[in-house]
Amino acid sequence: MQLIECPWCGPREETEFHYGGQAHIAYPETPSELSDTEWAQYIFFRANPKGPFAERWSHSGGCRQWFNAVRDTRTYTFLATYRSGEPQPEVQS
Amino acid sequence: MTSATPPGAHLPEHGDFLWRNPEPKKSYDVVIVGGGGHGLATAHYLAKNHGITNVAVLEKGWLAGGNMARNTTLIRSNYLWDESTAIYEHSLKLWEGLEDDLGYPILFSQRGVLNLAHTEQDVRDSVRRVEANKLNGVDAEWLTPDEVAKICPIVNISDDIRYPVQGATYQPRAGIAKHDWVAWGFARKADEAGIDLIQDCEVTGFTTDGDTVTGVRTTRGDIACGTVALCAAGHTSVLLDMLGVAAPLSSHPLQALVSELLEPVHPTIVMSNQVHVYVSQAHKGELVMGAGVDSYNGYGQRGAFHIIERQMAAAVELFPVFARAHLLRTWAGIVDTTPDASPIVGHTPYQNVYVNSGWGTGGFKATPGIGWCLADTVANGRPHEYVAPFALDRFVTGALVDEHGAAAVAH
Repeated sequence: MQLIECPWCGPREETEFHYGGQAHIAYPETPSELSDTEWAQYIFFRANPKGPFAERWSHSGGCRQWFNAVRDTRTYTFLATYRSGEPQPEVQS
Repeated sequence: MTSATPPGAHLPEHGDFLWRNPEPKKSYDVVIVGGGGHGLATAHYLAKNHGITNVAVLEKGWLAGGNMARNTTLIRSNYLWDESTAIYEHSLKLWEGLEDDLGYPILFSQRGVLNLAHTEQDVRDSVRRVEANKLNGVDAEWLTPDEVAKICPIVNISDDIRYPVQGATYQPRAGIAKHDWVAWGFARKADEAGIDLIQDCEVTGFTTDGDTVTGVRTTRGDIACGTVALCAAGHTSVLLDMLGVAAPLSSHPLQALVSELLEPVHPTIVMSNQVHVYVSQAHKGELVMGAGVDSYNGYGQRGAFHIIERQMAAAVELFPVFARAHLLRTWAGIVDTTPDASPIVGHTPYQNVYVNSGWGTGGFKATPGIGWCLADTVANGRPHEYVAPFALDRFVTGALVDEHGAAAVAH
């Protein structure tokens, strides 16, 4: 188990958190104009990098807030956590 | 399994010679990326069924050292949807003759699988799946708790546990095989046919000409190729990224673990999705256990310990005799999962590149079946009928083969 830095609560046990997949996936601005291919991209297609990955986490066993993190998928190390709406920080991987 | 010979008492000796360790040639008709079960099986059937032997299997590590060395070896075909049943049942039939085909022991043991039901909805879904299996010619039965206990007496069928066993589906032809022997059998046979199995050879890029891939770049030099088959399981996204091809794959650690060696206590395979653990007893006597993937994307070949704690709690409640067993070791493989819990097989935007991916937690059982179908696909330049439903374009057309929750599948 590792500690994850909740932007509101500070470091807490991994078991308090829930994973939410890739971060910064915005709802389409003009949904009625999307093709089937574009809808498929929005709904199903996600990045799957081997390295730093911006993703969503929920502190479901604590403050229950969603936040974002950059985590290295090779080592599982959290390189940064930040509040929703904040830009993705530059990190050293 | 006879009672006179405990399982694993007589593991076969390895052959004196398994395969060559050749230098890569400058060019091959077919390059298979990934020297695990799927890649090796594809190589075998390319040679056996199609006479195609100018083939290289490229493996970045050692042969069958990835998921093939890390899985829990369960083989079954009791899936709900027709498309899934077709490929997994085709595979199971091949398993039933594989030892003869390969001329190599694989210790295929058809000891049956019980998929437990713990809730009223579990029962309804399970009975539905049994009927669907029967319609597809797959052996399947619905068993009451007492019947479950007759097949596997150590299952706790009392009604004073958190999720009492309400019954189970049973597929008698399901089983396990010795995963390393399976890989070595395929490898040995492919090598005999003249196929080059090239280890310590990581693909680092591709050379392309329009919508054609002309070669692969590797840590052991450039290799020209006529056709490419990607069989890299959890690392498929890494390869597709090099080609600029997007696929809805997420790689996750899938943990497994074994106990110390025990006397034979567990005569079948038991799976439970509700409390989420599955168990079989290996030929040597270890209890082999697994559950679902760790939630987060990962390539680290390890997972979080609380996942193990959770499945251990479930296992001890279902099998009280496990309480004093010692955990011997744990590990993880990296599996590539898809949004509809079904594989992605077939064409890519490159006309001579085929992808075989997205098998999630269930790739081992498919090994001979996908090898057969992918070889046919490569040889004939179009998807085999059993893999056609698993094309990448289903995520655009909406023709999904959604096995989540349908097939006792755990990812």
